[in-house]
Amino acid sequence: MQNLNAACLSALIMGVFAQPAAAGVIEIAAGEGAQERLQEALIMAQPGDEIVLGAGRFELSDGLSLDVDSVTVRGAGMDASILDFTSQQGAGEGLLVTSDFVTLRDFALENPKGDGVKSKGADAIVYHRIRVTWTNGPAATNGAYGIYPVESTGILIDGSKVSGASDAGIYVGQSRAITVRNSIAEANVAGIEIENSRDALVEGNIATRNTGGILVFDLPNLPVMGGGNVILRNNLVVANDEPNFAPPGNIVAGVRRGTGILVMANDGVLVEGNILKDNPTAHVMVVAYTQQYDDTRYNPYARNVVVGPNSFGRGGDDPQLDGAAQLLAAFGGALPPVLWDGLAQGATGLTAVSGVAGWSLNLTAVGQGLAGAQPGPLTVPAPTFAFDDATVGAPAELEARLTR
Amino acid sequence: MIGRWLFGLALTAAVGAMATASQPLSGVSDAAITDGGLVRSLSDFGFFADANAQIPASGVIPYRLNTPLFSDGAEKLRFLYLPPGAQAAANGEGLLSLPVGAALIKTFAFRQDGERRLIETRVLLHRADGWVALPYQWDEAQQEARLVIAGARLTVATPAGETISYRVPNKNQCKECHGLGGAVIPIGPKARNLSGEWLASLVSAGKMDQMPQVAASLPLWEAREGEPAAAVARAYLDVNCAHCHRPGATASNSGLDLRWEQDDAHAIGIGKRPVAAGRGSGGHEFDIVPGRSDASILVHRMKSLEGGVAMPELGKSTVDEEGVAAVERWIGGM
Repeated sequence: MQNLNAACLSALIMGVFAQPAAAGVIEIAAGEGAQERLQEALIMAQPGDEIVLGAGRFELSDGLSLDVDSVTVRGAGMDASILDFTSQQGAGEGLLVTSDFVTLRDFALENPKGDGVKSKGADAIVYHRIRVTWTNGPAATNGAYGIYPVESTGILIDGSKVSGASDAGIYVGQSRAITVRNSIAEANVAGIEIENSRDALVEGNIATRNTGGILVFDLPNLPVMGGGNVILRNNLVVANDEPNFAPPGNIVAGVRRGTGILVMANDGVLVEGNILKDNPTAHVMVVAYTQQYDDTRYNPYARNVVVGPNSFGRGGDDPQLDGAAQLLAAFGGALPPVLWDGLAQGATGLTAVSGVAGWSLNLTAVGQGLAGAQPGPLTVPAPTFAFDDATVGAPAELEARLTR
Repeated sequence: MIGRWLFGLALTAAVGAMATASQPLSGVSDAAITDGGLVRSLSDFGFFADANAQIPASGVIPYRLNTPLFSDGAEKLRFLYLPPGAQAAANGEGLLSLPVGAALIKTFAFRQDGERRLIETRVLLHRADGWVALPYQWDEAQQEARLVIAGARLTVATPAGETISYRVPNKNQCKECHGLGGAVIPIGPKARNLSGEWLASLVSAGKMDQMPQVAASLPLWEAREGEPAAAVARAYLDVNCAHCHRPGATASNSGLDLRWEQDDAHAIGIGKRPVAAGRGSGGHEFDIVPGRSDASILVHRMKSLEGGVAMPELGKSTVDEEGVAAVERWIGGM
């Protein structure tokens, strides 16, 4: 289904969509013919059905897909029920979901050839304790995204774990009403990425050993534009020091190794309560989009970005930046936690609470390049831009599904 | 050109024979099309007078496309069924508007020791609540094809001599290509990709309300050497890629729109950066770099057979060298 319209969305948020009673439970065991048996169950399921994966390793030769509303796929645990795509021959992802009100929980995908789980135009989806792993560790030959909801309204990702993605571990694109929570993103190029999306809460996650921990940005020329209203809160963003292994050409291939949190070309992003440590380039980086674009709908500036109280440990001590040695010398061996390019659109520039240390490139024009930088200490006003928790995150109906 | 003329004549004759047949249209089960649920066997539809020889039943009309979709070099046999008294409606140069009760049938075959071996037949059924896509796999005896709801894999030898693992799509995969705005729709029978003679024969047989208005037809694939490079390549991309790469379809989030009618250079990939290509980018920065097919992601992915890189994602176990050449010729001449 395409994105729900506004009326449907408000109905969704108020929880007035009746959930069909559990119509049936279809149990699928690992073993011979798993591909056909599981795929057939996914096709023949009725709304309300629960497909239960047994413990064990499901050897799969092709991508799977689900296109029935209100279906739950439940395994015996993210370390017990494993969809193994090591021998996958076709399809662009391990599991594709294109229906609404779907719950995926307690299973793993290993070594999908493309993306792990992609849910597209799949509103009100829950990912609970899903693991996607490329077992050979970081490699450019791994698939791009681990958990990949796109063009959807109502997304809850909870207790999940992704490692080895050659783009983003958890990638939410062109969507709204999003919660990414209590999940682990390890050894991906980007740990968690919120792209061209609105109303997102990213809370209580661990991002470590990625090239960049948590990224929030907008790209031009996409069907859905105007990302913003994002809260990044109480995340542990430590030791994101993996050399960038993204294939060139992708936007994340430009992420500097050692970036904790990156905010680029977005409107309204709150960074607070996070613990950031051992991110060698910058704990927090706030910048404009620098590449050329041709899209009148696009705003390249980072607007209304607020850095609240965070715990900043050691970091910025091995930056992947031109002139790193001089910068380190100038700043006494480690760069301060917040890096800003200095580019503001009117009064919407970066603000930070008292005591947040940082430095600015003091650029004067978008796309100017680092050659024009005049680095200096960060001096920005105290925040006045207000965020409202009630406007971010997944609808309550999705939360309620976690307990079932 | 002779071949085209002969083919058009044969089709016209087929439609004419159908129209003048005095006996009622028999053989095809309208109930199976409109009300059959998941019909288990292809023969239950009665689309063929001789299924093994792919001779259609009365009322089932063969057709071809000017530029066809490449499917590992499979030979394809296409048929349209319209229920008695029903008419297709012209819809400009786009998809013919087909009534409830209509069916589209496409058989995929490969040659084995000189003999045609039927692999699968896919049907699109227009039911009251929309189109339904179902895949049928032929048995060893080549007498019956059975529904394979979850798809299948089998080994075939392509015309190029490669031995491949051929994928029969599952029901959901049918929708990955045939889905638009959440519904299943036909892809192939657009007026611009059908021969004028065939369309005229439908009209004269009373099977279509009027002749569709087509500004520019897609080039005949086998006559592409004499056609402008841009028309050939854009036709190829329209037919092979644009069912996903268009607004409202499976690859809409890429922002790439490869439809024939799209005239915005950026939207068709010229100077466009990838969005979610991952390692599919192959290290290149843009979908299409004018004059540089070797630096264009689009060509890189067409040439790949690797999962996560290869395009199209479905129905491809071999590289379409002719298609690659057509697109390279276009980009090279930009």
